Order: sequence, then C-alpha cells, then structure tokens
Amino acid sequence: MSENYKIVIVGAGPGGLSAAGRAAQSGISHVLLEASPHLASTIHHFQKGKSVMAEPALLPLRSSMSFAAGVREEILAIWQQEIDQYRVNVRLASQVTDISGCAGDFCITLATGETLHADYVVLAIGLQGNIRKLAVPGEDLPGVQYQLDDPDEFSNETIVVVGGGDAGVENALGLARQNRVILVNRHEEFSDCKALNHERLMAAVAQGKMETRVSTYTECIEALAGDSLVYVAQTPLGQERIACHRVIARLGAKPPRPLLEHFGVVFPNADSTAVPQLSEQYESNVPGLYIVGALAGYPLIKQAMNQGYEVIEYILGNPVEPADEALLRAKFVDVPDVFSVSDGIALLRRNLPLLLPLTTLQLREFMLDSAVLILRRGAVVFNSNDYSNSFYSILQGCVAIETEDGQGEVNVFGLHEGEFFGEMGLLSGRRRSGTAVVSQDCVLVETPRRSMLKLLYSSKGVQRRLDEVSLKRVVRACLDTALPESELDYLVQGAQAKLYAAGDALFCEGDTADGLYLIRRGSVTVSRQREGREVVLAYLPAGNYVGEMALVSGQPRSATVRAASPAEIILLEASRVGEVLGRNTLLRSKVGSQFLENVRDEHTRDEASGHGDSGLVNFLLEQGVGEASDVLLIDYARCIRCNNCETSCADAHDGTSRLDREAGATYAQIHVPTSCRHCEHPHCMKDCPPDAIHRSVNGEVYIGDNCIGCGNCQTNCPYGVIQMAVEQEYHTRSVWQVIFGIGKREAQQGADLPKKAVKCDMCKDILGGPVCVRACPTGAAMRGHPEELLNYAE
Amino acid sequence: MNRMQGATLLKYRDHRYLKVASALVLLAMAAYSLSGKAGDEDFGGTLLGYLLGIAATLIVLILMLYGVVRRRIGGTMGRRQPAKDEKATRGEKPFRAGRLEGATLQGWLSAHIYLGVLLLVLATLHTGFHFGWNVHTLSYVLMLLLIASGLYGLYAYLNYPTLITLNMGDDTLDDLLLMIAELDELAAARALALPDEIQALVQKACRETRVGGKFWQQLSGEQRDCPTHYAVQQLPELSAKYGTHEQPKMIRELYALLLRKEKLLQRARTDVMLRARMRCWLLLHAPLGIALLAALTAHIVSVFFYW
Repeated sequence: MSENYKIVIVGAGPGGLSAAGRAAQSGISHVLLEASPHLASTIHHFQKGKSVMAEPALLPLRSSMSFAAGVREEILAIWQQEIDQYRVNVRLASQVTDISGCAGDFCITLATGETLHADYVVLAIGLQGNIRKLAVPGEDLPGVQYQLDDPDEFSNETIVVVGGGDAGVENALGLARQNRVILVNRHEEFSDCKALNHERLMAAVAQGKMETRVSTYTECIEALAGDSLVYVAQTPLGQERIACHRVIARLGAKPPRPLLEHFGVVFPNADSTAVPQLSEQYESNVPGLYIVGALAGYPLIKQAMNQGYEVIEYILGNPVEPADEALLRAKFVDVPDVFSVSDGIALLRRNLPLLLPLTTLQLREFMLDSAVLILRRGAVVFNSNDYSNSFYSILQGCVAIETEDGQGEVNVFGLHEGEFFGEMGLLSGRRRSGTAVVSQDCVLVETPRRSMLKLLYSSKGVQRRLDEVSLKRVVRACLDTALPESELDYLVQGAQAKLYAAGDALFCEGDTADGLYLIRRGSVTVSRQREGREVVLAYLPAGNYVGEMALVSGQPRSATVRAASPAEIILLEASRVGEVLGRNTLLRSKVGSQFLENVRDEHTRDEASGHGDSGLVNFLLEQGVGEASDVLLIDYARCIRCNNCETSCADAHDGTSRLDREAGATYAQIHVPTSCRHCEHPHCMKDCPPDAIHRSVNGEVYIGDNCIGCGNCQTNCPYGVIQMAVEQEYHTRSVWQVIFGIGKREAQQGADLPKKAVKCDMCKDILGGPVCVRACPTGAAMRGHPEELLNYAE
Repeated sequence: MNRMQGATLLKYRDHRYLKVASALVLLAMAAYSLSGKAGDEDFGGTLLGYLLGIAATLIVLILMLYGVVRRRIGGTMGRRQPAKDEKATRGEKPFRAGRLEGATLQGWLSAHIYLGVLLLVLATLHTGFHFGWNVHTLSYVLMLLLIASGLYGLYAYLNYPTLITLNMGDDTLDDLLLMIAELDELAAARALALPDEIQALVQKACRETRVGGKFWQQLSGEQRDCPTHYAVQQLPELSAKYGTHEQPKMIRELYALLLRKEKLLQRARTDVMLRARMRCWLLLHAPLGIALLAALTAHIVSVFFYW
C-alpha cells in the first residue's frame, strides 16, 4: 500500500522537528520519518546531563518549537511535549533507503519496503549517520572509539581525545574529572568550538586538569600487550608517543554523499567537506527536494531549526525572510545597485571568485562576520608598515597596491573587481608590505582575521584558491616585484608550502641545494658549525628568502637554516628557479648582488664570531625575540635597579605595572624583563571569546574594553606578561604632591572584585612613546625590533 | 654591550649637554675676566654678579625639577586622546618616529649632571672668591657637598650595575634568600641526628645568620661573627671530635650544605652591599638639595633686604 502526503520530512533532528512542527501547525498533510527509535537521535546520544547551547547568540530563533540553552533532558522533554501538542505525524524506526521522482510526485522507499508518496521532500538527516574515522593505521583497534555516551563509564585511565570541535572538547571535559585526558587538536587554536566550551576548556587546562596538544596530527595507533595502546602523533616539537588506555576520536562526520548522490543531489566539487549546492530557499538541484541543517553546512541547532521553519514557509509559497536577513540588509544598505540581501549575495557570488566554493548559505554566514566598506577614489585602505590584519575582497572598483623595494623604487600594481588583498599581513602577522589606495570608487568586503582563519580552516576550496594567488604574490614580494606573470606561474608550479616548528632545520650545512626557500610566515636563523658549536650568523624574518647561495654557486649548502619561530616556507624547485634566473637578467643581477652581499656579511660575521658571542643571539631567540615585533631589553651594565620603569608604567596605566623588571632571564648583562613582546602571531589573541585583543596599525597588541576577564590570554601567553587586575580609580600624584612627598599610590586589592586582563600596550595612547624606556634615567631600557636587537647583539 | 644603545649618560645625544655646559662655562669665564670688578668684595652686587647669580639660581631650579620629572614621566602628561577613528591616525608619522620626540629621563639626567658641574663654575664666579661665616657661604658649601655627592652617584651609576649583574647572574635576591632558607631546613634536618654540640651550632647558624641589616652593615657587605661562617670553621673540628663513632657521612653532607649556604650568603651580601653603595649617596643628595634650596632662599632674601 502507499500513502500520500504533501510534505515528507526525513530526519527528526532539530531541523526536521522544527519543519514538522511548522507543517503540523499549518495543517498540511505531512509525515516525519526518523531512522532511529528516538526523536533527535544525536541529542539523545549526547552525554547525560550535557548542557546544550544556543549559538550563535546574535541570531534570533524562529520556529514553532521552542529552544533555549539548557540541559539535554529538558530540551528533549519539551520537544516531545510540543510534538504531541501540535499532533505531529511521526514515524520512528523508519529508515529511508531511496527517494525518486520529482516535485509533486516523489516516491520514498523505506527499509521496511513500504513506499510513501509526497509532493515535496525535506531532507534534514544531519551528518551523524556517517562518522569520520582517524584514517591512520590502527584506527579500528579495540580501545579506539568514535562515540562516547557516558563519560562516567571510565575512570583512572589515560585517554587521548582527538578533535578540537565541540564533541571532542566536551568529551575531554567530561572524562577529565576522573581520568588523565590529553586533548589533541589538529589546528593551532581551539577555534572550532563554541565560546562557552572554549572557556571551560581553558579553565580546565589552567587548573592542570587536562593536557592539550595543538597543531598535532595523528600518525598511528599501536596496540600493546594487555589492552593498552600507544598513540603516536606528530607535534610541532617532533614525534610524541603517548601510552594510553583508550583513544576517543571525535572528528565530526562526513555528508552521506553517496546516499545523496543516489537521490540525484549534485555536489559542487570533490572535496570531502563540500556541501550540496542549494538555492537560497534550501532547494537542491532536484526540484522539490529541500535540504536543511548540518547537511546543508549549518551545524548549529538554532540555524537548523530556523531553516526547518523557513523551508516549510517557502514550500507553502510564503516568502519569509531568513532570520539573519535584517542583519545582512544593514550591511548592504549603501552598496549601489544592491536592493536586497539576495542581490548582495548574488553580487558576492558573481564578483568574488575566491568565494565560489561557498554555498549561498555559507556566503551569508561569511557576510555576517564581515563589513562592507564603500570608499571613494584616493582613500587609503591601509598604509605600508601598518600592523592591521583584516582581509579585503574587492566587490566593485579598483585598488592600487604600492610597494617600495630596498632601493627605494616604488612599484604599483592594480587590483580589480573580484581580486583580494591583505592576505600577506593576515598570513605573515607582519606589517603591511604595501599601501593600498582606492584607485576607482570601490566597494570592499573587510573580513576580520579570526573569521578569515576560520573560513580557511573549514573550506579547502577557498584555501586552495587563496593559495594559488597568494603564492605568486609571495614570490613576487620576496624575489622581484617586476617579474612577469608568466614567469611567476612557471615558478609557482611545483612550489610546495612547508611548515616548520621552531628549531627545525630547513636544510643543513653540506646538503645539496634543493631549491629556494621563501619565508612566508615566522622567521629563521642562519648558522654554521664552529668548533663543534652552531654559531648563529643571521636572523631573517618573513618576506625574505634563503638558500640562494648554493643555487647561484652550485656548491653544497654553506650554512644551516633553522626556523626561529613556527614558520611557513615556500620551496621553489631548484631547476625552475635556475631557468627563470637564466631568462631574467634583472632578477639574476638582483639575486647575484644579494648573494655577494651575503658572502660579504658572512665573512665579517665569521670574523666577529671568532671572538664575539653568538650565545647571546641564541639566548635572545630562546626568550622569544624571534617571534616578537617589539621587545623591551634592559642593559644591566647600566641599569641602576631603580625600578622607575615599573613605577612609571604603573603611573601611566592606572596603577598596575605591565612589566616586571626583576623577573625574566639575564645573559651577559642583557636582561629580558617580563614584558610583552608584541608577537607577530600573538598567542594571547588565539582564544579571546569577546575578540577583545587587537593589534593597532602601529603594531601594539592591546586589550580592548570589552575584555570579560576570562583569563585565556593569560594562560596562552608563553611569556607570562598578562595579568588579571582589578579595575580601579587611579589618580596620579600632582606636581605638588610629588614635591612634598604626599599622596601615596595605593592600589586597592580585593579577591572578589571583578578582574580584567591587562598587558603592555606600548603606551600607544601616550605622546612620546613607551614610558618604561623614557623613564629610564640611564638609558638602560630599550625597545626594538628583533632584527635591530639581534644585529646589535652580534 | 654599550653598542646596544646610542649612548651612555655622559655621551647622551652626542654630548649635547656637555657642549651646552662648556659653552656657558667659557662665556661666564670670559665675562668674568673682562669684568672690572672681578675679585672685589661686592662683585656679587655688580651686573655680572647678579647675572651669574640669576643663572645659577635658574640652574638649581632646573636641577631640582629633575626629581619631579623622574616621578611624573609616566603620569598623565601628554596623553593622547584615545584614537576614536583609527584611520585618522594612519600615515601621520612613520612607526616610532614620534617616540624620540618625547622627553626621556636619560636626557634629563644627562643635563642634570652637566648643569650640576656647570653650577660649580657659575656659583664660584658669583662669589667673587669671597667667603665668610654667613648664610651666603653656607649656600655655597651646601652646593659643593651636593655636587660632590652627585659626582659620587655618577661614579656609582657607571660602575655598580655591571658588578651587580656579575655577582647575581640570572638570580634575584629573593631567589638567593629562598635557596638559603631551603638549605637551612635541610641542614637543620641533618643535624637532628647528630650530637647536641653540632646541632646547636647549626641551629645558631640557621637562626642568627642575617643578610643586610642596618645601613652600615649593608654597606660593609658582611656580618660580624657570622654564625654560618663560624659553623663552617667549627664543623671540621667537631667532626674530628665525634667522627669516630657518629655518622661521618651525615657530617660530610652537613658540611657541604653549610659551604653552599656560605657561598650563597656571600653573594647575597655582596648584592646588598653593591646596591647600598650604589644608592647610599641619595640619602645625602636629596636632603642636601632641600637644604640648599632653603639656604639659597635665605641668601637671596637677605641680599635684597639687608644689602
């Protein structure tokens, strides 16, 4: 027998429930099919008592069903009650095996062999049916699991949890109460999980309840005698073997692509992260077949519920606005020829090829984070040497990038509609290498650093497109700004991007030359063996290249090059570089003169290193000078220990000194006090829930007023320069008080007063510059860039 | 390591204040030698005498201002309005250029030193080389003492910092005191099992060893009859006395602990001593400054009212 419905909804997750609730409310004939024996199976499988969050906070909920952040049990109970109340037609344990037909005449086959007929189908099956595995040797060993129902099941075990998403973090937190837990994250930051989880994670780590490994990749899992395992991973510090009882991998799930393709749904590309191409009404390429929720690329409950509601309205022909419509409309309001959000999104799709891999829905999310700038001809977007790190896409108009090379020659290249810029500052964390000026009235999309990094992590397609263009730009910036496009294309073919941890060797003295190394991010040191010791000869930050000496001379490598801070290197093939050098006399002479300069430099440095002290360079690099953009050093041969640097700093910053003169390391009369290094890639910025830490155009890393006092930055800073301080009314003493020695500075202290994070802001708001340096009576305190300092140190 | 910076105090900005001071010295000397009344009893009352006096007074005020600037440089002077629109500040000046414009305390101190020495010349000329038992000469003598203490301070600032670092290396005084306290605990625990005489010796060393102390003790860098030193000297003898039947290993360990402690004590006391010697002159310099100001006021007032 067969039944007829107007709408068949497949999957009783938040999206499906919301859709079914709306359909029931509207009095449409419908059925909600669920493969598992429960409603909301994924949430049903959450940890007992798990709190369910309602992100993104900004987005309003629009659904017939109610939903607010709460505990798993409460939410399930409320939904069950509402399903009964609206008389939703639910069929549990009804797995769909096939969907065929088209709008108005779909035929849905169930695993039981029954068939249903429907005018429309809404697919809200989520991703949990298709869990991603580790894909390394040992992924199926007993003790390696991909689910965790009840964390209290295990105790006194060593457990490796893989995955920095919400599931991984929540499991790790749950297990950490009675186990030793090591949480492994592929990325450098825990940017994939929700803010609240993130906060809890950081707190647990700070209290020593849990260990984490970041930028770490699973290599394999080995079984030992008795049920124990060895988890082998590649960390930035090298291979690590962790003996453990259990590995729990929470790597998310893949779209059940074969199934969808079987239904006739088309995917835009072959990436495993690809989501089906959908219209703005969530309709797939099969007319009448709608897809909402995680399967459409929207993993959050609130988003899925909104879409469930909206999709029913669309099917009924009621043009409702998506919940984020008002927010987006405000962004596009001044853009010429754009009258609606869909116009704007269409414009993005038409004019920004970089974002082509994104679906309309992803584009909307992208725009929620971004700002639209409308600039007149002549406006400056950013200046050369600015320290800003947003990413810009040109929606309309033209922008000229002016760069100046070492000889003071200015090169200008124009960028047109559809191109993007600012990626070099974003990726290298260094100052802008050029000035961006609007050369024709334009509309720009400015995306903040954090959102852009998130997008790059989550969409391989966007990353690939960005890489293609940015690679050429890096080559151009490092080698020669005048190199023709064809040569760039040739060089970039076969170029590899490589990542190095601090201390890793790019190549060693005596190796044969394999190519030219362009430093895209981080910094390197050049060193040579002297009497059994490695003596550092030079320090090079991003934007430079190394390895040209052996290429030009044809000799083996004359020095060892190591990453001084985590570095990203682009390796150009030796043969291609050779050919391009052969064809371009200008570039050849440039590289040649650089080569001669290096030979001369090395000669003088070699002589110097005979009696000089390269230990100091090593010392400074150990103190994090390599990744710094501006460091405070104190020459202890001159420091009279008056602590005027500290007291003046406290005076200038509401009574709390941001530096600790006495703490910190000393080597050969050079002291590195505990004070902010204003890192190129600030560790403190990594996990700031309110995104309160910024870098000003002059490079100062500072904490904004919206700090919530969570303390993540304090935990993340490897140099211990961030403190939590009570906000207080602070009055500096007047001249008369100073003269008569009255009015003591007194900081009120209280454990229960709310605290906020404070750190050095390099006195960016004080005329005359950093007070610590100016307040030093003997000139012992100094601030500078690592290049300056390291060169002096020689 | 002086290359790490532009210049030391004396060489600040290519001897800027040395040049200023030298020029003023030459000017003052030339004027004095050309003056008809040079060496007269009432030279101070001549035009040149007044000029020299006024210049010297102004310099004294500038010198005293140093003390205020030193405490106020981090204050609210010259605070930029928080940039409301970041773009507005863009491109105004290149990175760090603005920084050198701000007053540095090093500049003030360099000026303080050279102007202080200059004062010596100006005030001496101002006296016309006439001295007596009066408030005028009192001011002059106070000034001499002030300058002398300042010159000692200059010597101290140029020399002691290096010595302090050489002595302390990476450690702070607190680190050393902590280590000493730990050694004390260990030594006391070891001594428990040893004869009373040794135990008493160690307890005394733990209880009565001091670092620092009163001003003179700080300056001397040692403790008279330091009990730890005494214990180190006595222990070998006591060891010989009891060593045959008590545990010689325990005594050896105890001896090693005491030796380590003595070495740390020496470093800690040296640190206290160096710091005290680097700072002691301030105890004189600042009060003398106040005293000079008072005497100078009396001098000026009396000159105008009772001439």
